[in-house]
This record gives sequence, C-alpha cells and structure tokens, in this order.
Amino acid sequence: MTVLNFIVLLPILNAIAIACGAPARKSALLSAWTQLALTIVAMCGYRGGFAYGSTWAVAPEWGLNLTFGADGLALVMLLLTAIVTVAAVWVTPKIEKRENLFYACVLLISGGAAGAFASVDMFFFYAFHELALIPTFLLIGIWGQGERQVAAWKITIYLAVGSMILLVGLAKLYLAFPEGARTFDMIEMTKARHLIPAAEQGGIYIWLLVGFGVLISLFPFHSWAAPAYAAAPTPAAMLHAGVLKKFGLYGLIRIAVPLLPEGAKVWMNLLLVLLVANILYIGLVTIAQKKLDWMLGYSSVMHMGYIFLGIAAGNAIGITGASLLMLGHGLSIAALFAMCGYLRQTSPSLAFTSLGGIAKKAPFLGYAFGMAAFASIGLPGFANFASEAMVFFGAFKAGPAATLDFSSIQLATVCGLWGVVISAVYMLRAYRQIFQGEPQANVAAFKDPSCSIKWSVILLLAALMVGGLWPKSMLNFIQPSVEALIGK
Amino acid sequence: MNNNEIIPWFILLNPLITAVLILFVFRKNHGTAATVSTMSAFFGLVGSLCAFTLAPTHTLVLWIDIPGLQIPIGVQLDHLSQVMLLVVTGIGFLVHLYSTVYMEHDESKARFFGHLSLFMFSMLGIVLADNFAMMFIFWELVGVSSYLLIGHWFTRDAAGKAANKAFMMNRIGDFGFMLGILMLWSTAGTVTFKGLEAATGTLTTNPMFLTAAILLVFCGAMGKSAQFPLHTWLPDAMEGPTPVSALIHAATMVAAGVFMLARIAFLIGLSPAAALIIAWIGAITSILAALMATQQDDIKRILAYSTLSQLGYMVMAIGLAPDPSGGPAMFHLFTHAFFKALLFLGAGAVIHALHHEQDIWKMGGLSKHMPKTTVTFAIGTAALTGFPLLAGFWSKDSILAAASEKSTPLYIIGLCVAVLTAFYMTRLFVVAFLGKPRTEAAHHGHDCPARMTVPLLILAVLSVIAGFVPEKWFFSAHQHFHWNIAIPATIAFAVGTAIAFKIYSGKDKDPIRVSAFRNKFYLDEIYGAIVAGTQDVLAYIANAVDSLISGIVRLAGMAAWGVGFLFRLLQFGNVQGYSFVFGLGVVGLIWFVVFK
Repeated sequence: MTVLNFIVLLPILNAIAIACGAPARKSALLSAWTQLALTIVAMCGYRGGFAYGSTWAVAPEWGLNLTFGADGLALVMLLLTAIVTVAAVWVTPKIEKRENLFYACVLLISGGAAGAFASVDMFFFYAFHELALIPTFLLIGIWGQGERQVAAWKITIYLAVGSMILLVGLAKLYLAFPEGARTFDMIEMTKARHLIPAAEQGGIYIWLLVGFGVLISLFPFHSWAAPAYAAAPTPAAMLHAGVLKKFGLYGLIRIAVPLLPEGAKVWMNLLLVLLVANILYIGLVTIAQKKLDWMLGYSSVMHMGYIFLGIAAGNAIGITGASLLMLGHGLSIAALFAMCGYLRQTSPSLAFTSLGGIAKKAPFLGYAFGMAAFASIGLPGFANFASEAMVFFGAFKAGPAATLDFSSIQLATVCGLWGVVISAVYMLRAYRQIFQGEPQANVAAFKDPSCSIKWSVILLLAALMVGGLWPKSMLNFIQPSVEALIGK
Repeated sequence: MNNNEIIPWFILLNPLITAVLILFVFRKNHGTAATVSTMSAFFGLVGSLCAFTLAPTHTLVLWIDIPGLQIPIGVQLDHLSQVMLLVVTGIGFLVHLYSTVYMEHDESKARFFGHLSLFMFSMLGIVLADNFAMMFIFWELVGVSSYLLIGHWFTRDAAGKAANKAFMMNRIGDFGFMLGILMLWSTAGTVTFKGLEAATGTLTTNPMFLTAAILLVFCGAMGKSAQFPLHTWLPDAMEGPTPVSALIHAATMVAAGVFMLARIAFLIGLSPAAALIIAWIGAITSILAALMATQQDDIKRILAYSTLSQLGYMVMAIGLAPDPSGGPAMFHLFTHAFFKALLFLGAGAVIHALHHEQDIWKMGGLSKHMPKTTVTFAIGTAALTGFPLLAGFWSKDSILAAASEKSTPLYIIGLCVAVLTAFYMTRLFVVAFLGKPRTEAAHHGHDCPARMTVPLLILAVLSVIAGFVPEKWFFSAHQHFHWNIAIPATIAFAVGTAIAFKIYSGKDKDPIRVSAFRNKFYLDEIYGAIVAGTQDVLAYIANAVDSLISGIVRLAGMAAWGVGFLFRLLQFGNVQGYSFVFGLGVVGLIWFVVFK
C-alpha cells in the first residue's frame, strides 16, 4: 500500500462508514483534511516519473489490472481534488434530510475523481469516473433545488451517453493495438504508441473527442451544464464543475494527445471551430444570463474553450498551460459556486435585479467574490492568468511566425483573446449589480457568511494565488509529465 | 546582491508589502493605515532618489521557465525608468500626504490607502519591467487598482459604472496589446526588450507584420493612455476621489501608455508607417479632447479632457520622434505630471472647501478666500498653457519642433491645440477664481490645512522649474532652442488666453453653447448604440439558439434512448435508476472486450 492508495481509499471508505452511520459532518471533514494532507505528503515526496505504483491483477490475459500510479500531472489533479473536497465539505450547510447519505455522496465524488486521476489502468480510469457520477446524480436529484429532477435526469442521460461514446472510443483504441500488444496500462500504451496505425487514428480520435467532449461540455454538447449546476446543491456544483469535469480534459491529455497525434491533425479544424464556439458563442450566452447561478454555469462552459485551445496547440507550452488552467479553473469556479450557494441560502432570488449593494453589508463577501471573479477572468496574481497566458503563447506558436497569414489555430487564439474581453463584460456586470450600489431593501439583513464558508473560500483563493504568483511550484510537477507524454 | 540590485527591488516590493499589511492587518485601523501608506510612499521616493544615481542595472528571476517559454520578472534600471521612478514616487508621495487630509473623514479610509499602495506597486512594476510579459502583468494590475479606486465610493451608481467602463475600455486595448506581444514573441522568440532589440534583424524581414504588431501593441497604450477612440473612460473616471484623479488619471497611470511606447521606441523607429499612424491618433485625440474641454462645466472634467488632450500630444510626439531616451514625449510627460497633478490637487482643495461643489459656474471669486490655492492654481494653469519659461513651455516647444520638422498638418494641429488649451484653462480660471462669488458656498471658501497646501506649493515650484532639467535626461541628441517655434507657440498662448478673458470675464453663465463639444461629440451615445446593436443583440440571439439546441438534444435523446420508457420505468431520484444507467456502461465495455 502506498500513500496514493490511501488517497483514493480514504474518501471511499469514509463514505461507506458515513452511510453506515458514522457522524456525518465530522467524519467527512476529517477525511477531506486527511486527504489533503496525504496529497501534500505525496507531492513533497515525488521525485519524477510515475511514482507510488501498486497493482492488483484482475484479468491479466487482457492486460487488465487495478494499477495505481501518479506522475506530476496526476498529483496536481489530486491536489485540486483534495482542496475542492475540503472546501465543498466545509461549506455544506445544515442538511435537513438524510444527512449521512449526503456527506457519503460528496466523499464518493471525491474518491471517484481521485481514483480516476490516480489510475494507470484505462479501464479503472473510466470506471472510477462513472463511480463519481452516480453520487452527483443523487445529490442533484435528492437535495437539489428548482427543477432538480429534470436537471438530474438531463445530466444523467447526457453524461451516460457521453460515457458510452467514450467507451466505444476507448475500446476501439484498445483494439487498435495488434494482438499481443493489447493492454489497458496507459504507461505501456504510451510506450507502444507507434503500433497504432496512423490511418486508424482519426476514426478513434473522434469518438474520444465527442465522448470526453460531452463530459467537458464542449459545444454543442454543453446544454446539460448550466441547468445542472443551477439545480445542484453547492458541494455538488463545486465538485463537479471544479474537479469531475476535468476528468475529460485529463483524459484527452493523458490518452488522446500522446497516442493519437495523427488523429488530432485530422480533426484539428473541427476542434478549433467547436472551441471557438465555446469561447465566443457561449460567452455571448453567458452575457445574456440574468441569474447568478446560470451565469456561473455558462461561464464554466466557456472557460473550457481555453483548455481545449491549449490541448489543440499540441505543444509543450500549450498543454502545460492547459493543465495549469485545469487547476486554476477548478479552484476559481469552486470558490464562485461556494459563494453563490451562500447567496442562494440568504437571498430570496439570485436574479441580478433583485440583488444589489451587498458589498456594504458583507465586506468579506464583496472582497472574496471580487477576487474569485477577477481570478476567473484571468487577472494576474491568480493561476488562471499564468495558465491562460501559456495557452495563448502555446497556441500562437503552433502556427507560422513573422506572417500576417494566420493559420487556423492562430485565428482561434485571436478569438480566444477576444473571449477575455467577453468574460470581463459578464463578470464585472454581475459584480456591479450584485455587490455595488446602495443596499436594496431585500438584502437589508444580509451578513457576511460563517467562518466555515469564509475559510474554505480563503483556502481556495490562497491556492489560486500560490499558483498565480509562483506558477513554478505547479509547473515543476506538470511540465516534465507533459514532456514525457508528448515525447520530447 | 549589491546596492544596484537591492534598491530597485526594494522600490518595487515596498508598496506591495504595505498594501498587504493595510488590507489584511490595519483594515479597521484607519489612522495607522494612512500613516503606514504615506511613510511607505516616502521611502519609495527616497529609494527612487538613490536609484537615480545608480549605474544602469538589470536583474531578473524567472517566473515561468519551461522549454520554449521563459517569462522573467526582472527590473531594468536605466535612464528612462530612473526618470519615471522619480515622477511616480515623487507625485505619489505628495498625493499620499494630501490624501491624509482629503480623505480624513471617509469611512473606508484604510481601504483607500491600501488600494493606493496597491496602485503604487503596480505602476512601479510597469516602470521597472524589463519585458513585455511582466509589463502586461503590471499593466493589468494597474487596471485593477484603477478599477478599485474609481469605484471607491461604490455605493454610488455612477462610480460603479465608471469603474466598469474604465476596466472594459482597457481590456479592449489589452486585447490588441496581448496579440501584439504574441506576434513579436513568436517571431523574435523572446519577450524581453533587450532581446527584441537584438532581434530587430528578424523582425524587419516582414515590414507589414512588424507594423501590424506595433500597432496592436499600441492598442494597449490607447486603452491605458485613453487615446481616441478608447478615450471615453477617462472623463468618467473622475467619479473617483480627487487625489486619485491627480495621481492615477493625470500624472502616472494614464502616462503608462506613453512610457510603454518610449520603451519600445526602438521598434517604432523601424516602422515609419506605424509611427505615422501613432502620431495621427495622438493628434486627433489632442484636438478632439481640447474642443470638448472648452464646453465642460465640471472643474474635474475640464481637467480630465485637458489630460486627454495633453496625452494626445505625447503620443503624437512618440510617433514623430521615437527616441529611446524618451524624447519630447517623455519630456512633456515629465513636466505635465507636475502641473497637472498640481491642477487636480488645487481643484480638490476647491471642492473640499466648497463641500463637494464641482460646477465652475457655482464658484467665482475664490481668489479672495483661497489665496494660496489660487496662486498655485494660476501657476499650474500658466505652466500648462505654455506661459514663456514655465515647464510646459519648454516641453511643448520640443514637441512642436518635432512636428514642424516632420509634418506640417500635425504642426498646425499642435498649434491649434495650444490655442485651445490656453482658451479653456483661462475660461476655467476666470470663471472659478475671479469675479464675484455666485453661490453661498463660494463665499465661504477657505485655504486648506498645511498637509494639503504644502504639496500644492511643492508642485507649483516644480511646475516652474521642471523645464530646466538637463537635456540628456530625455534626449539622445543635443537640442537647439527654436525661435521659429517659440514665437508662434507664445502667440498661440496669448491668443487663446486673450479670447477667453474677453469672453468670460464678468459672466455668470456660459455665453457660448456648442452642443457637439458639450456632449463629447455624442461618442458615449454612439458606443452605447454599438454595444446594444451588436453585443446585446448577439447575446440575445445566442441565448435563444442555445434554448433551441437544448430542446433538440432533448428530443434526440428521447428518440434514441427511449427515455420516455425509462422515465416511466424508473422513479425519479431513485438510486437504482441512476445506477442502472451507469451499469449500462460497464456492461458495454465487457461486451466490447469479450465479443469484439
């Protein structure tokens, strides 16, 4: 047993214990903090390559084993998982019905996500993600608000379809290796990538792109996201938008980028069109939103476009930037949803017109929301800026230099840069309408949140600032892993 | 580390530490916050004075360092940054001192000083930056601190809106700035100014590309230095407290664009086409803004339009004479910083004394009750309008000399702006300070306490003498005094002043009404219509389309998966239901592996 096994097992076992009747909130908090501590221990002890390996044979004749192991990229994703888990558990308000099941679900999402990131075996990588989806559906369906059951079914069916498309893609990928070389071990697959015939890559890549794309809310497969996040209880929205959605991106970087470079070329222009739609079109949809939760949901969809842009760049700069942006986006959207959840509890409505002047009543919330908003629109000082800048540098470098005949990816970069203007439009407008101005009558009794919400937001913001002020702290983990993946 | 390395880092980090200290530790302790912030500004000034004597240095740490992309955080202490450091910390300190009185009774005084220190940090980062990426980082941070300070009184609707507008206009400019940086970097392979200077050979292989890149970078300056057509945020930014207007929206931040252009003068010099376009944008800004200034009634707005106009002058000068030592543009930036800060702080003293009255037609006769303010304001006005031998006279002269050498139309525009400057400033002075008090408040004007008047006096002295600095501060080549420029410029000053005296002395309301000038050429309305006609309509359409997509997906989903059947079969919110759908996935995988 390695520290990595504990990171995955701890939340799952705790979820079971809580479901069986252990004190819910206390156990969950203890589990989340321990998970974070273990992750930090694992990061401190990391010395390169795939570390903390452990394996149990399941079906060796198919090359199927329960194998764990983590490189720098996986560790950063595990760190994201652990931090958001702590925050999500911490901000959870008093649960009226079936409290134990609620906390068990929250921990199970975390455990599933951690399992996926820590898996070296492709089958379990997939299975852990599915494991994390079930409690997500339950949380929305049972403890959600508004049209929670419609939203729960929408996300269930949508993501199940996406998962199945992904499954077909993964199976095709498995079968693309010649008999005898077939394995589910992603490290082995990367080593043997030359065995995949170039002509077949395009046919596999598109399945993976669509399958992962649905999970990531790539345009036009995004319409599940905003209603689900609006209906989800706060911890579920934080964990799904912040962590679980990154599974798809992580999968693309871990599987599609190293194994199917020729396939990526075939579908490059399609991907660029879709990601520009994510940035510009969804950006415009976000501007049109009139409620905070929907706006945050759409903004999260929009920001996926930047991560796709970094992946599309295909070079070390772009993919490293995309990886860091996964961390930045995950932390900032979790912070925003945490505060949005508090606003929902305390205000009659999340419509911009019915809020106003909250900064005067709740100075902490005014500051913290402003910081998280600035982080999400890419202001320096937060991880999002450093990573978005790297994405832009990488994507622009993927085209020719010293000419005004921009290639398609350079044009996509230009669109992405304009997206930075769009995101400022909706974020600042929302901030002005909710927080600035004289306090409206219906927020007269508004107060700053309790300590637990305050400190979990501070934790998220502090992590964002570490990544933003000192990006090397994270890049030292990410960059060697990315280099190893793309083989340079 | 030796002195050469420690001092610049001290100058940069000192205000950051102060800001963090105030915002996190002293946020409820208003008096301490003001003292700490002002002390820190003073240390910054001392540091800058020390740095002025240092030999040029260059130190860095790598902020991002991956193969193919190195972004350093480095300080480049050379002639240009040394002079700019003096301007920023010098005026910064005086404004801090002034603010301790001006903001004395503000309920969020600590927040104000914290943000002011944050601004100092950001601005000094721009000044010391040795590369484009670092400059962009601090560029954005300056945008944030400006947003925070304009919106200091955020409960007022106008302040929140003005802060947003400033941020958005700057973001639009930064869109171009970032793209320009990407283009230069992808070609030269570096973001450092030194590296770009060494790579001019590569950059000039495609002149069209270089011109486009320079103009895109210039977009950043158009946002920050409020050049037409991105200028509309600056007058609205006057919603911020007056010391902020003096420091940020007159003397330093808005000059950052000009400073950046001076930093890359070596690039602008490589592209005559880009230089010409930059010069014309500057000229258009300066004449439009001067025309708008003639019809404003708010004392701060008149000064804001005047700032726009003078910034246009500086940008024009960069285009006309891109000199790596700064040239006439930096010379004018230097002198302008003093007299414009003086004018704003003087206006602040008036507003303070008159209990927040800003309409010049409700003032009048202030010279009797506020002699110190009046005298210093008169010196500032004289320096700005180009009264012979005062600071503005010399720097304006060098700009006009460059214009007359390169382009007659620009020279004529320059002279017209000089006439208009003298006209609107004299109008302001005559209406507000001379004649009889027009309201009760104007009767009770009084000079402000020493901490407010001392900065005025110091700035007044500097406005007189700033033109006499050694020419090697700004020019790489020796400058001659041009009688053929000085005489027309002085005539322009005299004509503008005389006309304004004639029209405005003794008047109680404005005898001239030009609604196009008064309404800023309706640009705010036009922009509003453009945003409403494009962005808002597109957003509305996109949202409608999105509902459609959502509907289509739902229909497709129902048809393909027999969801209607599932809906009846499984209970909502039921564990088995969700697990069933999940289980399908695993079954599918096994089927694939075993039977395929």
